[in-house]
Formats: sequence, C-alpha cells, structure tokens
Amino acid sequence: MSAGVEYEPVIGLEIHVQLKTRTKMFCCCELSFGDEPNVHTCPRCLGLPGTLPAVNAQAVHYGIMIGLALGCEIAPRSQFHRKNYFYPDLPKGYQISQYDVPICGPGRLGEVRIHRVHLEEDAAKLVHVGQSGRIHGADRSFVDFNRGGTPLAEIVTEPDLHSADDAREWLTLLRTTLRAIGVSDVNMEEGSLRCDANVSLRPRGSTTLGTKTELKNMNSFRFLAQGVKAEIERQTQLLRAGQEVTQETLHFDPASGRITSLRSKEEAHDYRYFPEPDLVPLVVDAAMLEAARAELPELPSARAERFEQTLGLPRDRARDLAFRTELADFYEDTVAAGGAAADPVAVANWIPALVERIGSDGDPAQSRVTPAALAALVAMVVSKSVNQTAARDVLSMLVESGGDPARIVEREGLGAIDAADSGLAEIVAAAIAANPDAAEKVRGGNMKATGPLVGYVMRETKGRADGGEITRLIREQLGP
Amino acid sequence: MLERETVDHVARLARLELSDAETGKMAVELSKILDHIEAIRELDLDGVEPTSHVVDIVNALRADIPQPSLPRAVALASAPEPTDAGFGVPSPGASAE
Amino acid sequence: MLDLTAAAAAAAIAAGELDPAEYFELYRGRAAADELNAFSWVASEPASGGFKRDAPLAGLPLGVKDLFCTEGVPTQAGSKILEGYRPPYTATVVEKLFDAGATLLGKTNQDEFAMGSSNENCAFGPVRNPWDHSRVPGGSSGGSAAAVAGGLVPWALGTDTGGSIRQPAAFCGIVGLKPTYGSCSRYGMIAFASSLDQAGPLTRDVTDSALLFRHMVGQDANDSTSLAFPEEIRLPTGQDLSGVRLGVPEELLATEGGIDPGVRANFDAALEIARGLGATVQACHLPHAQHALSAYYIIAPAEASANLARFDGVRFGLRVEGDGDLTSMYSRTRSVGFGAEVKRRIMLGTYALSSGYYDAYYGTAQRVRTKIADDFKTAFSEFDFIVTPTAPTTAFELGSKSADPLAMYLNDYCTVPMSLAGIPAISIPSGVSDGLPVGLQLAGPSFSENRILDAAYALERAIGFDGSVARGGSAR
Repeated sequence: MSAGVEYEPVIGLEIHVQLKTRTKMFCCCELSFGDEPNVHTCPRCLGLPGTLPAVNAQAVHYGIMIGLALGCEIAPRSQFHRKNYFYPDLPKGYQISQYDVPICGPGRLGEVRIHRVHLEEDAAKLVHVGQSGRIHGADRSFVDFNRGGTPLAEIVTEPDLHSADDAREWLTLLRTTLRAIGVSDVNMEEGSLRCDANVSLRPRGSTTLGTKTELKNMNSFRFLAQGVKAEIERQTQLLRAGQEVTQETLHFDPASGRITSLRSKEEAHDYRYFPEPDLVPLVVDAAMLEAARAELPELPSARAERFEQTLGLPRDRARDLAFRTELADFYEDTVAAGGAAADPVAVANWIPALVERIGSDGDPAQSRVTPAALAALVAMVVSKSVNQTAARDVLSMLVESGGDPARIVEREGLGAIDAADSGLAEIVAAAIAANPDAAEKVRGGNMKATGPLVGYVMRETKGRADGGEITRLIREQLGP
Repeated sequence: MLERETVDHVARLARLELSDAETGKMAVELSKILDHIEAIRELDLDGVEPTSHVVDIVNALRADIPQPSLPRAVALASAPEPTDAGFGVPSPGASAE
Repeated sequence: MLDLTAAAAAAAIAAGELDPAEYFELYRGRAAADELNAFSWVASEPASGGFKRDAPLAGLPLGVKDLFCTEGVPTQAGSKILEGYRPPYTATVVEKLFDAGATLLGKTNQDEFAMGSSNENCAFGPVRNPWDHSRVPGGSSGGSAAAVAGGLVPWALGTDTGGSIRQPAAFCGIVGLKPTYGSCSRYGMIAFASSLDQAGPLTRDVTDSALLFRHMVGQDANDSTSLAFPEEIRLPTGQDLSGVRLGVPEELLATEGGIDPGVRANFDAALEIARGLGATVQACHLPHAQHALSAYYIIAPAEASANLARFDGVRFGLRVEGDGDLTSMYSRTRSVGFGAEVKRRIMLGTYALSSGYYDAYYGTAQRVRTKIADDFKTAFSEFDFIVTPTAPTTAFELGSKSADPLAMYLNDYCTVPMSLAGIPAISIPSGVSDGLPVGLQLAGPSFSENRILDAAYALERAIGFDGSVARGGSAR
C-alpha cells in the first residue's frame, strides 16, 4: 500500500514559440494578427497539389539564436522530417518538423536542462460551431489557414522541475529570455507561447521515473501552475489508493479545476517520420553562428549574475530585476545617471516602490519618471536630506507629473529637518512627557513600544524628521 | 502472408476504406510484393549511409520577404464547403453513430 | 506540316515561312479528333495573348501531362479525386516553356498520379498506342507519348519517376529523356515520389528533345532540390561514336521473366550499329542494380503515401461525405477518389513507414539506393554510357498485365536504377519487333545530358527509324 510514501513531482515542459519573422516558415505569406479568415494563404500553405516548401532563412537564424541563448549545442547538420497524420488543420496531411536531427541539442537555462530545440510549422486554426463553441458537441468546424505555416520553435526540457511553482517561475525566465533576444512576442494569451507539461510522480529518493501524463493547452501562467498542481494532486491520490497512473493526454479546466482525458493510448499516433525529401539538409556554418551571436543581447541569467557579483545586489533582488528586461534596463540607466556617487543597492531598493506606483506590468521607461530623477531622489535619501516617507511621496508625485525631485521637495516643504537646528531633541522630550505609558515600556527595554512617541514627533515635524534620528534620541533620553 | 488485422490497421492509418473483399485482395497483393522485396533485407549493408537526397545541396534558404497572398475567393475557389468562417468540415469531435 | 519536327517548325515560323495559327489549328484539330484518348483536355483556341514573336519556341503547340498544374485549366493527374480541378498557379517548367513561346495545346492523360506503366490506371479511360490501338502506349506518361507518336502534337511534357517517360517513349517509338534529378524544377508538378520525380521531354527525335529540354532547365527558388545546370544545353551534332565506351550491365538484363527475344535481338543489332560508329561495347558490372526494383517499390510508395495525404476532401477536389464524422469523410472520399493501383501503393508505403517497419524497409531501401548510386559511379569511371533495352518487352495488349501488379512492376526493371541514382537517361527508338517499336536506353553520369544527346543523335541517324507510320492514320 502506498499510503505512507512521500511522492516527489517530476515535471518536464514542452514549449512552442511562434517566431517573429515577417513571413511563414515555408512560404512567403505574411504572418497574421487577428485578420479575417483565410486572407493570408497561398498554394503552399494551403497544401495545394504540386507545391513545395522553401525554408525561411530568418526562422533558421532565430532558431540558432534561441539555441545559443539556451546554451545548446547547435547541430552542424540538421534535417527536416515529415510527421504524418490526418487533421483538418494540417493541409498537407503531414507537418514539416524535425525528428532525430534537430537544429539544437542539449543546453541549460537556470536550474533546468534543455533536451532539444527544433523548428517546425504551426497548424491552422480550427473553429468549432455548436453549442459550446468547443469541439465536443460541435457539428461543423471551419478551418482558417492564416496561422497555418507560422514558424515555430519547439523547446523540450529535461524533467528537472519538481513543483508547479518552480515550473511557473522557470517558464517566466524562459519567456524573459526569449523576449530579450527579440525572436518572439512570447505572449501566452495571444498564442505566441504555448506550454504543455509532462507530469509524473516518484517516491522521494527514487531515481526511476514514474508514468507520465501530458497536460496540454494551458493558456496562461496561472492556469499552468493550477493545472500542474491539480494533476500532481490527482496522481498522488491514485498512487496512495494503490492504483496506477495511465499514460494519457489531459486537459485542465481552470473554471472547474477538473482534469479530463483528451486522448487515450489506443489512439496514439504512428507518425511514420521520414526525412523530408523536398528540403535539403541545414548546415550551420561559422558565419551563421557568428551572425546569431552578434545579435544576442546580454541574457537575463547572465545579467542577474552581474548584478550580484559586480553591483553587489542580493541574489533575489538581482534576479527580480534581471528577469524583467524593462526593469533591469531602467535600473541600469538610473545607476548610470547617478554617476560615481550612485549606490547601486540603494537604487535597486527603490525599484519595487516605483513598480508599485506604475503597475506590475508597467514599463518604467514609458512613465514620467526619468532615470535621472530617480537617481537624484535616491541620492537625497542616502544623504538624508529627505526621509523615507517623504521620498515615497515625492516618487508618487514624479509618477503623477514628472519633474525634478529637488524642486518638488522644496515646493512641498518635504526636506528632512536638520536634527540639531530643528530642536528635535526638545520635541522628543515633549513626546516622552506626553506619552508616559509608552515611555515607561521603552525605559523597561521594549523598543517596540516607541510607536506613539515616533508618531508624536512626526506630527510635530510634519513628517520631515528622520526616523532613525528620532529613534536615536528616544534611546538617548530614555536609556539604557 | 500479411494478416487481415495488419491490412485493417494500415488502411486506418492511411484513411482508406476497404471492403471485406478488397481487404482480402490487398492482403494477397501486398504480401506478394513484400515477398519479392524481402531479398534486399538479406544484403550486407553495414556501414552504408542511407540516401535521402540525390542532389548535393545544403541550405536552400529563402529571404524573409513577404509576397502577396491569394485573394480569399481564389483560396476558397476549389473548396467543397467554402464559407467566410473558413473551409467547412465535419467536426473532428462529432461521432459516427 | 505534320512531318515537320518541332525544331524545323520553330525555324520555319521564325523565318516567316509557316503561319503559327495554321500550324496550331492543324494539331488542335487532330487532338480534338483523338481516338487514342491521349488528351483529357484540348484547348479550343491558342492561349490569349496570341503567339509570341522573337521567342525561341514561338508558335509551337505543346502537350502537357495532366500532372503539371496549369492555372485555370483542368489538372486532374488521371484521377477521379481531382476531376475538374483547376489550380490557381502554373508549374514552373510549363511557365518557362510558355515564356519561351510555346503554347498549350492540351493536357494529356496519364496513369493516376503517375503510378503505372501502361496508362491503364487512368480514371478517364486507358490510352491507346498509335502503332496498334489494342495495345498500351506505356506509362505513366502514356498520353503524352501517344500524342507525339500519333501526330496529335509536335512534342509534349512528361514526368519520369521510375521510367514513366522512357518506357512509353520506347513503346511508342519516340524519344524520351529523363534528366539529372534537380535540373528541372518540380514546383507545380503534382508529387508522386519527391526524391525521384523529374519532368522531361517526349519528342519525335533527339534534336527536339534537346530543344525542349534547353528551355526547361534552371534552378527555381520555389524548389529547394533544384540546381543550375552547369552547362548550356546544346543542340546535338554527334556524327559518330568514336572513342565512346559503352557498358552493358549483363546482370540487369538477366531479369526474372527476362528480356523478350525480339527486344534482345533488336538491342544486339543496335549495339552492332554502335560499334560501326566507332564505339566499344563491353559488359559492365552493376552488382546492386538487380535490387533496384525492390528498393524503388518501397521508397516511391512511401513518399507517395505522404504526398497523397493532402487529398482529403477539405480544401479542393472530390469530397464524399461519410457517416457524418470526419474520419469517414476522409476514408470515403479517398476510397472513392483513388483507383486500385494508387490505393495499393499508399498501403505499401504506409506499411513500409509504419512503426516497427521503418528500418527494415525504408531504411534498408535507402541504403540499397546508396549502393546503386555507387555502382554507377564506379561504372562511369570505365564507361561513358550504360546501355540497355529500355523495357523488357514491346507494347503489350490492353488488360494483359493488369491482373498481376508485380508483373506490371517488372516493366520498370531497366529504368528504375537510373531513377534511384538520379542520373540522366534517354530512350530512343532502335527499331521494331513484330511491327512494334523497341527502345534503346542510354544513361550517363549526372549532368552529362549534352554528351548523351550527341551520342543518341549519332545513333538515331545511323538507325534511321521512321515513326511516320504511327502518325499516318489515326483510324486503325
């Protein structure tokens, strides 16, 4: 009985990325974005008799870039294959893909090993008309070939992930990386990033893999995490009850949280792969590699590494920044604007506050806050000419209407008061006198009771006193 | 001799519908041809590379430059069930019974 | 006018001595009155735009095998599944010939999807041999061959995958050339076996063959497997065969079923003529050629099974609704639309590629292919050309071989090895046996077409074959 055994989830991902070329993988039709059905087709992508494919050079270039970004071996020689099956969204009755000689071999991104990357063409779009608009219960379907033939890169990982959250986090890293190198929009909601998950369980400590199921068609990061969690739960229940996991393809419905079977083993396809006779082999030479390398920007994981090592950021802060290109770019521009006196760690600490104010999907470069303004603000905080609270207000004002922080501080009277000039010590003494209970507690050693005292001082100084200075004076006056 | 089951399976893969008589005939004909072909499996082909292409070309790549697509009416011109929503087909999910 | 070769007619038209409209009408009339069933479609008038001036092939009517896409004109590939289909584009080689001035006379009948050696697998009826209407013209380019031999068109396009230009040329007493693989674009040629298919000319003589071929060659960006021909195609001038070393692959000629004695006698006589012209003739060794047919009947059906998957009733062609579901629509459409031979080959190909069988069949066949290509390379280090009879027999009677698919496949015994190796080969008439034409095949290394044409030309002149009797009466 498997009731007492602890199971470890083993997750591998299969990701399809639509490449941002101008034309399709094997023909010269433009890629389509929500246009009328069947206005971006030609005899080739319709699979009309007599047509032959012609490989898009830019798609190959992007494929090499992806491979380099993921640390993959780039195959010196690779081949396209035909993957044969019948479906209305597959006009030729086969998909041109790559089989045993893909363009990219093993690599790595972060904690996850990449098994391979290959190029292929996307299927067309099938629209179902019936009660629910979904395939079950529909009578008639309609095929729109606009999407058919769009270049795809398929990225397959090794089963190196062990939780739904890890999967989601890693997929985010992949997305950032691919966005950074500019080969795809990688937008899950729009379909330019699609992810299937292979999920299995094994007893903790075991090295043998359990039977895996394939979860398909999750179209957001949140649903992916939910779906994987639900599948892990389902498999756990099965195994605890002494039953076996069946190898099958599954669908997760986020609305109900239920997992249903899409296809069973019996309908497993025999794809009858053979080398595509209409396409000659791809040979990636030094020039092609160099061209791809030259177009690669600094990759997020390398950038995070640099933030940690060279700029001294803590690992988590480094990764949070580096894994979002817009934030990392703005951050570095701000540090640069601060000149030699800039404190990279301090600047990094202010980015979350900025993000809070512009929205988590916002791009700071599109906001009214300039890197120079933020740099100046941070410098003022560091030199204590403005306290934290006031600085947050200034930031809000910068987001609202832009401008120069020094001028805002002056205009609003938000400058930190000089402790000696302002008679801060007298105000602290007055606070102690007005709050005997709190003062007693503090005297007794409970530093957490300073709240009312600090509040009194802040009110008296209209929030301009430096919090650290207040605390120091309280300690001084009340001992020990 | 090819079994009828095998013929049925291959016909399914190929989306061909064969009557009972046709299946029987196909089994006989295919078996005859396969028997004849068997001889090549006896050859010593160790270390011989397969030929997928007889031309000595690599990297036939096309510039990423758009060309005009077909007008929709032309794309749909030969379709059995042309509609504005797309090429009409029986739904893949619809069952036979 | 009927006796003019295409080259002679082109010259006469260019010199203003022959009226292209009259010339076209002569052939159009004969094609329309066709009793051979060579045509599936005949133009009612010359193409719009009239006859080009100052174009090398100006005014020459052309027959085009129905396997080639011709925009707006029926393209049926001999199949019910494409009945009435009109493509929205034209095949590259056809377009090139139109650019050179040729004008479409008609689409010729063929074995369905180029699968066959007798043109009996045509959904629109068998084609008859002009030499004897009770006999087959050969296949799969039987319509083109019969039309040229029967004087219904000066010249025509065919396709050759395992012998489909050469064998009908032999059966009909005309010249058929299968070029080096890759020298003519396959774009617009409905695919049968992608790594073997090639377009080629069917003509009355070797000069016409060179002329038509010259305007067909060229690399096409739309066909990744096409390449530029390294030399310009010349019109042949070969006077003799001095210094030419001919190799006869005896083990290939010792086929099961063997070469018909009349054909063999004719072949030996032709070799004598070659010696008379100065050639040396010796036995050559092609150890794996005897396995070519087996390898071919795995590779070709395998590729065809995938190429024909697009005929599914969704976007074009025949659709037969099944029981309401998609799978039965697919199966019923394909079962009604495809003929028996096509189904047989799809089944064979699907089986050969299916899980568990790939290595044993397809993988093995591709290796045998390598050996065959190597055999030829080795032979060509000692010989200039390999010579064989084109086909083991002369034209057989309609229906006489249709009961046994294997017997039909043996027609291709001598032509298939060259297809597998991708090398060029020509068939020229070498005489008659029992009143029926016999073909002689000359094969050379890749891109040796100019030399093949020269040698064939010299032989043709010496043999002096007269095909006019087949053109003489269309009612026989």
